[in-house]
Amino acid sequence: MTRNMAEVKLGPVNSIPPGEGRSFAAGTEKIAVFRTRAGAIFATQAQCPHRGGPLADGLVGGTVVMCPLHSWKFDLATGEALFGDCGVKTYPVRVDETGEIILTI
Amino acid sequence: MTEKQKLVVIGNGMAGARTVEEILARGGREQFQITMFGDEPTGNYNRILLSNILNGSYKEDEIFLNPLSWYEENGIRLLAGKRAAGLLRRARLIFGEDGTPEPYDKLIIATGSRPFIPQMEGITLPDGRFKPGVFVFRTLEDCRAIASYAKGKISAAVIGGGLLGLEAARGLQNFNLDVTVVHLSGHLMPQQLDSSAGAILKTKMQQLGVNVLLKKHTTAILGQDHVLGLRFADGSTLECDMVVISAGIRPNWEIAAGCGLTVERGIVVDDQMRCVEDRNIYAVGECAEHRGQCYGLVAPLWEQAKVLADHITGRNCHAAYHGSKVATKLKVMGVEVASMGIVEPRDEDDEVVQFSEPKRGTYKKLIIRDGRLVGGILLGDISKAAYLTQAFDRNTPLPEERQQLLFDLGDPPKKVTYEEMNAATQICNCNGVSKGAIVACVKAGKRNGKAVMDATRAGMGCGSCKGMVTEIVEWACGGETEEDPAIHYYVPGVPLTKPELIRAIRERNLRSVSAVFDYLSGGKEDAASKPGLASLLKIIWKADYEDERDARFINERVHANIQKDGAFSVVPQIPGGITNPDQLRRIADVAEKYHVPLVKLTGGQRIDLLGVCKEDLPKVWRDLDMPSGFAYGKSYRTCKSCVGSDFCRFGLGDSIALALKIEAEFQGFDSPHKMKLATAGCPRNCSEAMVKDVGAVAVEGGKWEIYIGGAAGSSVRKGDILCIVDSHEEVLKYMGRFIQYYRENAKYLERTHGFVQRLGIDKIRAVVVEDSEGLAERLEREIAESKAAYKDPWRESYMGPEANQFSSLLPVLA
Repeated sequence: MTRNMAEVKLGPVNSIPPGEGRSFAAGTEKIAVFRTRAGAIFATQAQCPHRGGPLADGLVGGTVVMCPLHSWKFDLATGEALFGDCGVKTYPVRVDETGEIILTI
Repeated sequence: MTEKQKLVVIGNGMAGARTVEEILARGGREQFQITMFGDEPTGNYNRILLSNILNGSYKEDEIFLNPLSWYEENGIRLLAGKRAAGLLRRARLIFGEDGTPEPYDKLIIATGSRPFIPQMEGITLPDGRFKPGVFVFRTLEDCRAIASYAKGKISAAVIGGGLLGLEAARGLQNFNLDVTVVHLSGHLMPQQLDSSAGAILKTKMQQLGVNVLLKKHTTAILGQDHVLGLRFADGSTLECDMVVISAGIRPNWEIAAGCGLTVERGIVVDDQMRCVEDRNIYAVGECAEHRGQCYGLVAPLWEQAKVLADHITGRNCHAAYHGSKVATKLKVMGVEVASMGIVEPRDEDDEVVQFSEPKRGTYKKLIIRDGRLVGGILLGDISKAAYLTQAFDRNTPLPEERQQLLFDLGDPPKKVTYEEMNAATQICNCNGVSKGAIVACVKAGKRNGKAVMDATRAGMGCGSCKGMVTEIVEWACGGETEEDPAIHYYVPGVPLTKPELIRAIRERNLRSVSAVFDYLSGGKEDAASKPGLASLLKIIWKADYEDERDARFINERVHANIQKDGAFSVVPQIPGGITNPDQLRRIADVAEKYHVPLVKLTGGQRIDLLGVCKEDLPKVWRDLDMPSGFAYGKSYRTCKSCVGSDFCRFGLGDSIALALKIEAEFQGFDSPHKMKLATAGCPRNCSEAMVKDVGAVAVEGGKWEIYIGGAAGSSVRKGDILCIVDSHEEVLKYMGRFIQYYRENAKYLERTHGFVQRLGIDKIRAVVVEDSEGLAERLEREIAESKAAYKDPWRESYMGPEANQFSSLLPVLA
């Protein structure tokens, strides 16, 4: 781990219902964390690069999130936009053995 | 888990490859180990575009549909350049030319067709090969051979004046050859045109430098060791250096006939595309004969491939192919032609509507039976082709005034064509997409409207430009678009139409969105499909629907409408626009207490509190102590009314009381799209009931007119009168039947105006009012059950993990 990176605990994974996302304030940054129905966990910047829509309020299908404002779609694993070129920033995130979400920023 | 079945496909042309794509789309990779025999040594290419290769407008690599890597990525074993030579049904073995056996559990024959070679002298050399200079026009290989032989030659003949022959002629002109089309019958393109249109096309072609000889029966190809000319039955001759034979196609059925399967014109199949003797063998595409018909165009093939895939994967065992209505649109030598159905009237009562202007090369003819289009020819001006093809395809009733069918009446005298339109012209005003961007997207390989809309976002806002985007895509593709099968699906992520989907959901007892994905799309979730599925499941199962919160759009999760900044708007229920001082006081208190930035009257006669933070929503509802107005969902929204007979001096009926009853009947109903209603106390229509999804207008004599399919949003349309009734109770009854019929049969996000136009008011009136299909009783029962299942979502309590959904930011604990 480099000096600038830090691990942040975001609480139990159960706080995010399967297939949904929640926004977290981690320091000065806003992060959206998603838990897919298949059980995977992902973290991205909280706001859509298009018009700032709250991505955590979007619909999730597979590993894709769809912004609730204008239906832009992003791959949660890579941050890439499915249509268009402006992607979102992703963050390493995992669930530890106690069921706690651990975000690295 | 049982072992995968072996699926062998004979033929790697458009039918074979498309069928495999459809099978993969239904999770077929998990079920089958797929092997494909391909005669040609390449991947799969778009045969329709071969004439463009010949005329130089496309390069070879531009017409490939599936490169070799596609087969590898999808786990398909492609035996390219290997011909299937024999079939042993009892042992379920297929043999390659070299004798190697290939076992199968299921077999698909997609061998296509080959050019028909009429009887003539001198086609071949003594060794049986074509005489140099004789060609057919079917494969990429043929194209290359024609192109290399044509160099330095002076003249060429094409035998056959059908569609393909004319395309070959156009291609040959490109090599500076003097081209003559030789045709057996009395006019060109007899499959698509009548004699008048054929004559106009002939003149046009001659103007463009192609000679046309009609009623010429070719009996011999002249020349000892290479082509020197043709001789005809009437004794005359024609000098030429090469000849392309394009006299029709014949299905390749030999492999089927060789093992005792029924073959007539093609391999005979049933409605599931199976051979009649052998349940494990299917045939699809040009080699198949269904109900006495063999098809040589792609659109029927796409339909067949879908049915076959549904059936073979078990995704929908009831999938059935009922034959295709054939329509074509093409450009021959720069002349635009559209043709559908029959070319001459057949019944005595068939009505013919015709317009002819030979000098300008324009010809239009429609054949109408029982008010519906059964045939049509458009030549020169095909501006009405999109509308007519749709009317033909869907069998929709035609407008009484027939000239509307041929011309755009009342349009500006000179409509700008897409050719002339400036590339910078903005087509999609919601997302700012220009004509140039759409054309660039087509050039980059997206060849249907849906794909272009996904990629550019054109048409993805209000949707009113979708028709224009599709037209531009068609124009940019030169009429050769590839239909995206997904346009017929209820939602894009599950490959079933709405009736198929409803049946599958009921049969498999699927009560949640995740169960639908698990069983009907191979476990593949699609975010955009979730709300549509949730809405449908709720309509089907009502109180027994298994709600999954993640399947809801955010508005439906928090029962408010998300705004541009992520805040929400709150609209309490105010039925009929009738409120009182107590409610107004509470609304005012809430607005102050929660610092609501904007309080506004809505178009639906309600009060909107805009800019409420997500966290405050539950508290706002509690303090309002009013039910939700559903101003956020794909659901019944509200019913506005005028003051009606109580106060208005013109009022004929009690529109306020009716609006209150309507609200109590349909409040909270999920539906394919939003439903906005209104009641008007007289035909002055102050509450705009005639342009609502569903409306009631009082008329003299104590009667009510029920309007359906009105719109006054991105589309504007006056509704159609469903029926005229005598009481509030009857209004509720027929509105209910229509609403339920719409809920069950409309595509997701299809407003009532689209639905009513798609089915036709006559059909809807027959079902809803005259009960022609015996559905009325059930429709009414479903409405009663949905009404009983209504709960005010604002009073739902939020326990468990959902409780935190109203926090816009969760605190970090450590």
